[in-house]
Amino acid sequence: MGKTLFHKVWDRHAVAKLPDGSTQLFIGTHLIHEVTSPQAFGMLRDLGLKVAFPKRTFATVDHIVPTDQRVEPFKDTLADAMIKELRKNCSDFGVTFFDIPSGKQGIVHIVGPEQGITQPGTTIACGDSHTSTHGAFGAVAFGIGTSQVRDVLATQTMALSPLKVRKIEVRDKLGPGVYAKDIILHIIRTLGVNGGTGYAYEYAGPTIEGLSIEERMTICNMSIEGGARVGYVNPDEKTFEYLKGRPYCPKGKDWDAALTEWRKVASDPDAVYDDVKVFEASEIRPTVTWGINPGQGIFIDEAIPSPEQLPVADRSSAKEALEFMKFKAGQKLAGQKIQVAFFGSCTNARLSDFVEASRFLKGRKVAKGIRAIAVPGSQGVSKICAEMGIDKIFREAGFDWREAGCSMCLGMNPDQLVGDEICASSSNRNFKGRQGSPTGRTLLMSPVMVAAAAVTGEVSDARKVFAQT
Amino acid sequence: MSLSPIKKVTGRAVPVEGDDIDTDRIIPARYMRCVTFDGLGEFLFHDIRQTPEGKSTKHPIDQAQFNGSTILISGMNFGCGSSREHAPQAIVRAGFKAVIAGNFAEIFFGNSTTLGLPCVTAKKEDLEALTQLIKKEPSTEVQIDLENLKVSAGKLSFPVTMKASAQQGLLSGRYDAIADLLANLPKVKELAAHLP
Repeated sequence: MGKTLFHKVWDRHAVAKLPDGSTQLFIGTHLIHEVTSPQAFGMLRDLGLKVAFPKRTFATVDHIVPTDQRVEPFKDTLADAMIKELRKNCSDFGVTFFDIPSGKQGIVHIVGPEQGITQPGTTIACGDSHTSTHGAFGAVAFGIGTSQVRDVLATQTMALSPLKVRKIEVRDKLGPGVYAKDIILHIIRTLGVNGGTGYAYEYAGPTIEGLSIEERMTICNMSIEGGARVGYVNPDEKTFEYLKGRPYCPKGKDWDAALTEWRKVASDPDAVYDDVKVFEASEIRPTVTWGINPGQGIFIDEAIPSPEQLPVADRSSAKEALEFMKFKAGQKLAGQKIQVAFFGSCTNARLSDFVEASRFLKGRKVAKGIRAIAVPGSQGVSKICAEMGIDKIFREAGFDWREAGCSMCLGMNPDQLVGDEICASSSNRNFKGRQGSPTGRTLLMSPVMVAAAAVTGEVSDARKVFAQT
Repeated sequence: MSLSPIKKVTGRAVPVEGDDIDTDRIIPARYMRCVTFDGLGEFLFHDIRQTPEGKSTKHPIDQAQFNGSTILISGMNFGCGSSREHAPQAIVRAGFKAVIAGNFAEIFFGNSTTLGLPCVTAKKEDLEALTQLIKKEPSTEVQIDLENLKVSAGKLSFPVTMKASAQQGLLSGRYDAIADLLANLPKVKELAAHLP
């Protein structure tokens, strides 16, 4: 009987069975950032422990960094204390820190792949729920809490129970103007925001295989929005091509040896899954969320459902969402005025996102009165965008072009919504208050849809605005 | 780390109704600009307890009849979203000792267990009955029996579920895994030598 990638990787990294019945799992790579690590280092100090394998941990700063000006000390004294604390912890414990002056800083889930730290067949952990992103390379990657950050720092392991594996097969061709973001929003809408609890999601099938590595990252990134802690895609030649030559990837003979190993980690053709769900890509259209959880989405040409049309379990949440969003059942989102357009986040701030949107923004202007900001996911992305003239296209269109960070995906830095502003956002969460204002309203969509909303000043079908055929 | 076993949680409860109560709602990200968990309790559910102008919304947690509650009752998918341990830390630091809900997001559940905050899952109808009882009789004492996975309150009594390893950990005082993990360090080093 064949094995899934999840089980192959799990078995290879299992250290021991623990007294409570869980497994002690070895974590090949640990990524940390300034928000969820300081308390973990504090716990290490309290317990008199060291970092067991400092070379397996990499740090960057992303959540709290201002994206407009980088002069230190930061105006926000709390944010300033956090970056200083991370610097001190990395220096005290011998951890590599992709700090702002390094030119390698960025959102942790964009930096890891960019540096070639994220590799197939490994286990990865990070104190951030979007760690599932790294699964796009065929790694098994877990979002963890701070006590587990402590565990991984102190032992390079953590206690876990194995997950079930659900294969999500996507087949057929995506229509023009339909992107990876639409696939994952559609999957979450269909399977529910807690449909993945207890599962690792294996995204497979011809549509997924046809996606670029960066598009696969967008899909794996939002596994957690569907309740699945882990999401992954079996690695293939595209994966290896993407990684080749990156700074932390093996070189020369080591590269060849790594390739031999990596080619073995994909799920076997006769692997047995706990569940299988099949989606037809041709049925997916550009998707926008209307509510306060990422499963509350509709195709751009659909109307917001009335709670009574939804399954009983979803009704109270839908009522709450309509009230908070000040939308009406039956209303279409197309034509809904926006105030803010946010292009960024670990879901969609990679080079390919900017390249794709720049094709349509060239020669166009952001609508009057719209606050539009574009935030590259890393200094690396920013540098290449500058070399390609992409920053210029965004700036000329009227976007505010920023420095790398999490920015307006969550309200931890100066980029925040004000009052009940409506934001067309390429990020991953539309929770109440997520973008910094308790009454702010977030509409999740693909980056090209954000660009279309920015230039029209309202939620729009990008396929029409940009004549995508 | 030697910890006291947690076999029972007894106390008054407060219903925080609704499904999909996410960790941003439990503790908004802007209150995570900190390097310790100290003082997080005061920001628990901040944005739904106050209007943007700072006026109380009379959230159940702030209602006099629920004052001093140690058990939170909520709906489905409690703790979804971000992996922030700040969420269960805020709950614990606000004085809560357990959560009863329809079910829990996975990372939140694990984070809570590690802190010794039991999260038990109840069937929808039982949860509904408990919520109604507590709203009517806020002084009712609620008991969560972790050994027998049972909740009782007044005349109500119903079964709850919990992942076996979490239950085992809480009952044996090994819910924080660090000591067990450290004990295996030699094995870890051996395995590490063979892994990229």
